[in-house]
Amino acid sequence: MNSSAPRFARWRFRQHSVLPGFGLTLGYTVLYLSLIVLIPLSALFLRTATMPWDKFWHAISEPRVMASYRLTFGTSLIGAVVNVVFGFCVAWSLVRYRFPGRRLLDSLVDLPFALPTAVSGIALTAIYAKNGWIGQYLAQVGIKSAFSPLGVTIAMTFIGLPFVVRTLQPAIEELDGESEEAAASLGATRWQTFWRVTMPSLLPALLTGFALAFARAVGEYGSVVFISGNMPLKTEITSLLIITKLEQYDYAGATAIAVVMLLASFLILLAINGLQWWVGAAGRKGV
Amino acid sequence: MAGVTTQRAKLIGRNQASIQDPVWVRWLLIAISIGFVGLFLALPLLTVFLEAFQDGWRAYLRSFNDPAAWKAIKLTLLAAGISLPLNLVFGLAASWAIAKFEFRGKSLLITLIDLPFAVSPVISGLIYVLIFGLQGWLGPWLAGYDIKIIFAVPGIVLATVFVTFPFVAREIIPLMQEQGDDEEQAALSLGASGWQTFWRVTLPNVKWAVLYGVILCNARAMGEFGAVSVVSGHIRGKTTTVPLHVEILYNEYEVVAAFSMASILAVLGVLTLAAKTFLEGKVQQAYRETLEPSAAEA
Repeated sequence: MNSSAPRFARWRFRQHSVLPGFGLTLGYTVLYLSLIVLIPLSALFLRTATMPWDKFWHAISEPRVMASYRLTFGTSLIGAVVNVVFGFCVAWSLVRYRFPGRRLLDSLVDLPFALPTAVSGIALTAIYAKNGWIGQYLAQVGIKSAFSPLGVTIAMTFIGLPFVVRTLQPAIEELDGESEEAAASLGATRWQTFWRVTMPSLLPALLTGFALAFARAVGEYGSVVFISGNMPLKTEITSLLIITKLEQYDYAGATAIAVVMLLASFLILLAINGLQWWVGAAGRKGV
Repeated sequence: MAGVTTQRAKLIGRNQASIQDPVWVRWLLIAISIGFVGLFLALPLLTVFLEAFQDGWRAYLRSFNDPAAWKAIKLTLLAAGISLPLNLVFGLAASWAIAKFEFRGKSLLITLIDLPFAVSPVISGLIYVLIFGLQGWLGPWLAGYDIKIIFAVPGIVLATVFVTFPFVAREIIPLMQEQGDDEEQAALSLGASGWQTFWRVTLPNVKWAVLYGVILCNARAMGEFGAVSVVSGHIRGKTTTVPLHVEILYNEYEVVAAFSMASILAVLGVLTLAAKTFLEGKVQQAYRETLEPSAAEA
């Protein structure tokens, strides 16, 4: 667009446009963003920066905190894996097959986004409690679901499903079928075609969906606190531990753990961005 | 060209069996999908209503005979009523700046706008405690003027604004970017003022995306739990929103009352899903019309 401009033009903050309102709208955007998001978030890091290192290290590595990391990251990981398997079935069925109730199924997938987390939390607890619909049968065979790590995993699974399905759907739609045809015409069986041709091209979307579901589960609070039972060292997730520390006026401890969690979710998102860049680069190379 | 198409059609016809999944695979996958979504998503939704009505609809209605419940509903409406217009105006301003102009640091700005999505709910509340709480930066100074933000209504509003911050902006920005600024330039050259151009040209073009963003923003604003839980202090009838009131009732073993309150939020969730499904079609149509203007008549 700007190729006709002289190459030795001075460095400009923005390219010329006849449209008005740039200063007003960008100024307002930056001001509002700073007031609501950037300044409050920087408070978290500045708070931690004033903490002595050994105190910070102690706050983020005491046994109760370590136990909460293990539970939070472990159950989030299992939940994300379960969602990858079943989310694939859901996304594949929604894109490739036509069946009665398909539209309803498609809409229902977004339920965890639309249903407030506290509501899903108490509903899941009611289902999996000892006298609940499913909980009573699990109790009969000696499985404790609510108020155990299994209950936490169920909540983490609930919250992550839409991320996997919504990331996979467009990727499955984009498979043009030509590579599948080519593989089939060269004598591959449907199973071989699926594993050697279809799966590799869906892998980036699967990984992205997995990472998004994992990131969401790691930070989840509302749908987990009711079903987890919140026993320190056993079923206490990290988000709840932050709140507990705050209620005991241990601001430094709460802040230190929060920084660890925030950095963890930034790292996951960075990995997703890297993944998408890698996929984009591979795509460009292919062309 | 036509030859290629027929050749491809032949190829599809020949290899249909090896490209399409066998019938048993098809039905197995559909059954697994319906079973999983039914068990993990539909069952919890159904449970909310079954638990709320377990003692009949009289008991259900009695749950609303509680002043604290109505206070909670009012506070939820207030928090959503403030954060919606704020984030709507921000979304429109941000998308105008980002979509209609080329400037340095644009992609950084887009990333920063999405930042609140990467921050977990509890941390979203915590950052405001660190600033406005009694041990926070501004806490002692505010206390001198007898202004309370944490464990009071302003804190709840702030936390709600934070968690719903990107919703409207991220729906409008990509659509406006796709649409470019040709129509605006035409309007301006025909003598329209900047405001006229915005109200008569830009806004009508993105109206469905705006509505879509507002619906999502509203659902989150009314349902937010973790962030407001940190800043609320749980003072019954004063600083409790509907989700927080549900929590209090549930912890007091008032199961019917808790699920009755929850049922309002569940209805809101179902309505949101319906509106979302409808608006998604409208937004996609707006994208298609941008790509090929002739589709507008089709």
